[in-house]
Amino acid sequence: MSNDAKQAANPADPQQPPSQADISAEIAEKHQRYREGITAGAPRSERVETDFLPYRSSLLRHPTKDLHHVDPETIELASPAFGHRDVAEVEADLTIQHSGEPLGERMVVTGQVLDGDGRPVRHQLVEVWQANAAGRYIHKRDQHPAPLDPNFTGTGRCITDENGFYRFQTIKPGAYPWRNHTNAWRPAHIHFSIFGSAFTQRIITQMYFPGDPLFPLDPIYQSILDDDARARLVADYDHDLTTPEYALGYRWNIVLTGTKRTWTEPEDAE
Amino acid sequence: MSAQRLPATPGQTIGPFFGFSLPYDGGEDLVDRSHPGAVRLHGTVFDGAGVPVPDALVEIWQADERGEISTEPGSLRRDGYTFTGFGRAATDGAGNYQFTTVEPGRIEGSGLPFFSVVVFSRGLLDTLHTRIYLPEHSAEFAADPLLRALDERRRASLVATREADGTLLFNLHLQGDEETVFLDFD
Repeated sequence: MSNDAKQAANPADPQQPPSQADISAEIAEKHQRYREGITAGAPRSERVETDFLPYRSSLLRHPTKDLHHVDPETIELASPAFGHRDVAEVEADLTIQHSGEPLGERMVVTGQVLDGDGRPVRHQLVEVWQANAAGRYIHKRDQHPAPLDPNFTGTGRCITDENGFYRFQTIKPGAYPWRNHTNAWRPAHIHFSIFGSAFTQRIITQMYFPGDPLFPLDPIYQSILDDDARARLVADYDHDLTTPEYALGYRWNIVLTGTKRTWTEPEDAE
Repeated sequence: MSAQRLPATPGQTIGPFFGFSLPYDGGEDLVDRSHPGAVRLHGTVFDGAGVPVPDALVEIWQADERGEISTEPGSLRRDGYTFTGFGRAATDGAGNYQFTTVEPGRIEGSGLPFFSVVVFSRGLLDTLHTRIYLPEHSAEFAADPLLRALDERRRASLVATREADGTLLFNLHLQGDEETVFLDFD
């Protein structure tokens, strides 16, 4: 935690961690600059901003040089194969990993993994991890004084089906505090790790829940400057997916970058 | 790019607490140490202040020694015989990662062989892609579409060092003077 505390120092006064107001003002400035750019004709940005001051841990960990554009080679256009040899069906149910029922709001999350052309990503690995209903991770470095749940670990895996669908049953995670700034709280989220049909599509991201009041305050969520792009990380509540007297249903689709099999483009196209 | 392309879901940081979930037994061992072509690939992940990053995750994806790309599942539960081409290693408390693997061979119709690499860490909001080339191929670097576009110093950030015992050393610098060249495929 000492690293987090150090990086959370307020540039104006290194002894004092920034306040939520400081962080919110920094976020507002970044977003305003982005909107002004769009108004002036700059292209929209679909990606997360890796150089994002309000998220203090990013300061020393983002590349400062431009990413180097390159045409992917054969190995990068392929992807490791995963299957039922790797993942058992029961690993998609985070509520049955112990002898008892975990505490909290039981939920299902399902959706389709698609490539940029709308094609389903079949038979690929989706991994999730999350805090429990009280907002506590089982990770030994999580010092948040909320209870661990002996019936909940918070890790799951599944393989997408022939139409690219994944499905997990779990418990809705709680919000949890962190040390980015004073009174910093992460909105409830589930971490997702996804493989595509090309290794270039590898992504780790976070799924959020609709209507979370912590959204405007969170420098990680707000590191995506574009409103539409940011909203893509929020699942939809789906009452048709909700099962009576059992679990709430959320739907969240994931779109990977195109497969980059650029057969229609000449060698040097960028 | 076609007009109907769907906008991609943005990335978010792996955060600090993936250690109980993503790393798995055997993740670092693409082959057994007793494999005749086994090589140790290792290094340290550094931040922009030159401080090792103890909470990073490094993944490699590669062809086998003959340049064949595996289509076999089993990376998560290795059987000790099947080469799947994928490895995953979390950095330790000193920022070090290591894999036991084989050197990738030349893939038919493709350029110089390399390890394809992704790195994630707390503080890093998006996936970073890079490549690890082998130092023995230096005579061909000038003809490689990626390496020929880089000045010597930047190019060096993509080439492993061969240590005296045959080990491959490759450090990742997320930021700074020695910043690793990270790739964009879009």
